[in-house]
Amino acid sequence: MQAQNIHIRNGRLVDPKSGIDRQVDVFVADGLVQAIGTAPNGFVADRVIDAAGRVVCPGFVDLSARLSSLDSELVAAVAGGVTALACPPDTHPPLDEPELVERLVRRSEAIGLAHVYPIGALTQQLAGEKLSEMVGLSRAGCIAFSQATKPIFDTQVLLRAMQYAANFGYAIRLQPQDHYLARDGVAHDGEVASRLGLSGIPVCAETLAISTALHLAEETGVRLHLSKLSSAAGVALVREARNSGVKVSCDVAIHHLHLSETDIGYFDSHARFDPPLRTSSDREALRAAVAEGLAVVCSDHTPVDEDGKQLPFGEALPGAVGLELLLPLVLKWADEARVPLLLALARVTCDPAAVLGIEAGSVSVGRPADICIFDAQEPWCVSPETLRSQGKNTPCIGWEMTGRVCATLVSGRVVYER
Amino acid sequence: MHNPQLNAHGELNHLLSIDGLPRDVLTHILDTASSFLEVSDRDVKKVPLLRGKSVFNLFFENSTRTRTTFEIAAKRLSADVINLDVARSSTAKGETLLDTVDNLVSMHADMFVVRHASSGAPYLIAEHLRRTGRDDVHVVNAGDGRHAHPTQGLLDMFTIRHFKKDFSNLTVAIVGDILHSRVARSDIHALGALGAAEVRAVGPQTLLPTAIERMGVRVFKDLREGIRDCDVVIMLRLQNERMNGALLPSAGEYFKCYGLTPEVLALAKEDAIVMHPGPMNRGVEIDSAVADGPQAVILSQVTFGIAVRMAVMSILAGN
Repeated sequence: MQAQNIHIRNGRLVDPKSGIDRQVDVFVADGLVQAIGTAPNGFVADRVIDAAGRVVCPGFVDLSARLSSLDSELVAAVAGGVTALACPPDTHPPLDEPELVERLVRRSEAIGLAHVYPIGALTQQLAGEKLSEMVGLSRAGCIAFSQATKPIFDTQVLLRAMQYAANFGYAIRLQPQDHYLARDGVAHDGEVASRLGLSGIPVCAETLAISTALHLAEETGVRLHLSKLSSAAGVALVREARNSGVKVSCDVAIHHLHLSETDIGYFDSHARFDPPLRTSSDREALRAAVAEGLAVVCSDHTPVDEDGKQLPFGEALPGAVGLELLLPLVLKWADEARVPLLLALARVTCDPAAVLGIEAGSVSVGRPADICIFDAQEPWCVSPETLRSQGKNTPCIGWEMTGRVCATLVSGRVVYER
Repeated sequence: MHNPQLNAHGELNHLLSIDGLPRDVLTHILDTASSFLEVSDRDVKKVPLLRGKSVFNLFFENSTRTRTTFEIAAKRLSADVINLDVARSSTAKGETLLDTVDNLVSMHADMFVVRHASSGAPYLIAEHLRRTGRDDVHVVNAGDGRHAHPTQGLLDMFTIRHFKKDFSNLTVAIVGDILHSRVARSDIHALGALGAAEVRAVGPQTLLPTAIERMGVRVFKDLREGIRDCDVVIMLRLQNERMNGALLPSAGEYFKCYGLTPEVLALAKEDAIVMHPGPMNRGVEIDSAVADGPQAVILSQVTFGIAVRMAVMSILAGN
């Protein structure tokens, strides 16, 4: 597809990074944003997109999306307005060898939809024992290193991994959960799990792991990102560490902003998440952390086929698809929490881009034109047919959403349009 | 949220849990069970209420006792009973739970009696039947993971009602491994629905579920305090694999602290009854002198269990 000269007309540009929120035209050529406001000299549009009544914003940057099949999931990404995403290393096989990473990067570039940023395995086979070749992985395209949801049992290995990563300036991402305390657990250790007879994962499984990670991060100076916080106590620890100067960032998965343990209902396996959905007061604390900018938001997109969900709750695979629900769920949170659009969109654009350390998440002159155009008022109802992802697993089937992506540009090309 | 056990008219379509069932539904089951008690005393121990119906015992977890009582109950209702030892057949060959169900539905099953190691498995089956338009097939939960064992809960209520008549003045202590017990959960819900004055959960903290008090029970860590002035004592079985490890140091120490001996039982009301869902571990949770003593009603529970299961199956079949 040839890069076109595109004139996005009459839209409401909301760019959190620069703080712009006003009706203004955007001009795109050669894959870049050429001008905001007035057309550059000699600009001739091949295409005019009428964005009247619509929001024009940076394409979303997603810190965690699992790509079961690259083709289908990258289509889902741009259909959800996501133009850059980080892919966790718990693929099959895991991303612990440079060749695997290079292949992923090559294939995703060839597909030419959302930009894919692989996260390398911190340890070989994600087994938590031997360090992976981080330098080689980094050269192949990894932007950070993580264990995804796999544990490192030996704290000394974790310390060494952080030292090694810090030595080369690499960022580490951990999903904080003490393996022993979470062992066999499938739901938040609380009233609902007790009533339903489900094994619980206590909050201390998260806080203990956060404390360990924070201590080691302080010790080693590594750039630490904690992914998918689930509890009020976890958020409080991160806030305290940040206030005392520790370099740490964190995120919350979008479903955890909307659901709580009670959504398990009668053993609904679509409400099984890792980490688990916790209480409504935990959910409020997560919302507050996102509102104040302590945490960013990720989709934690995890396609699971029907066979993986049509099982008793404890045997079902955790996770839900999220790429195509990220925008409406962020808007729903912003609406309910009375958070202004500019701030809400920051949590899925420039803030996660800063965490990843990539030049994305902003509509600014001279930068690649990765842009999402959406209708903030359009109502729609989530059904399996509305999702392009291979996975139809979501607890949001039947939800009435407000706000839908109309078009997505990646590097100045219209890659999605409805 | 719609209770998946009830049909559009609020009638019982499946028995999955006692949680959420109104008192009149429970009372109706207990009253029906009363009417079946005498069937077992007849020369011909049969009534034709389920004649021509097929009941499939679908046991994904081994249990001879519970399966046998369901089998006897179904046969006394004149049903055809098919026992499937699923733990060793289809699923071992890789067939999924719902594939097994679909196959049996095609064989014209009318009722499934399901035992499964995973909490919620019978809900999955009931939901699948609803989605595939087979609401006419009924599901009885015969024990799912730690979640529920509703017929055991009902037979416990039947036993208590038989000996104590009225629930409103009763103090009931449930003692032992409540964390892993589906019986305890079913009893707690049933006693709550039937209006027992006080329900106590007695055991060491390692064997009590988090936030158990939110289920409406008083928690006692000390057995003597927990038993004092009780009308009913329900002892729970301690599984062998839980006796030595991080939950408890040993069976011996457990017995010293939580074993029901005649001395401890003397702290309860004089006419207190002692129940146990079986099978008992003598000398672990209960002293033989209590198990075989005059206050024990453990064998009555077994007899009543058949009448209660007949009542449940008969009501589900629309009688």
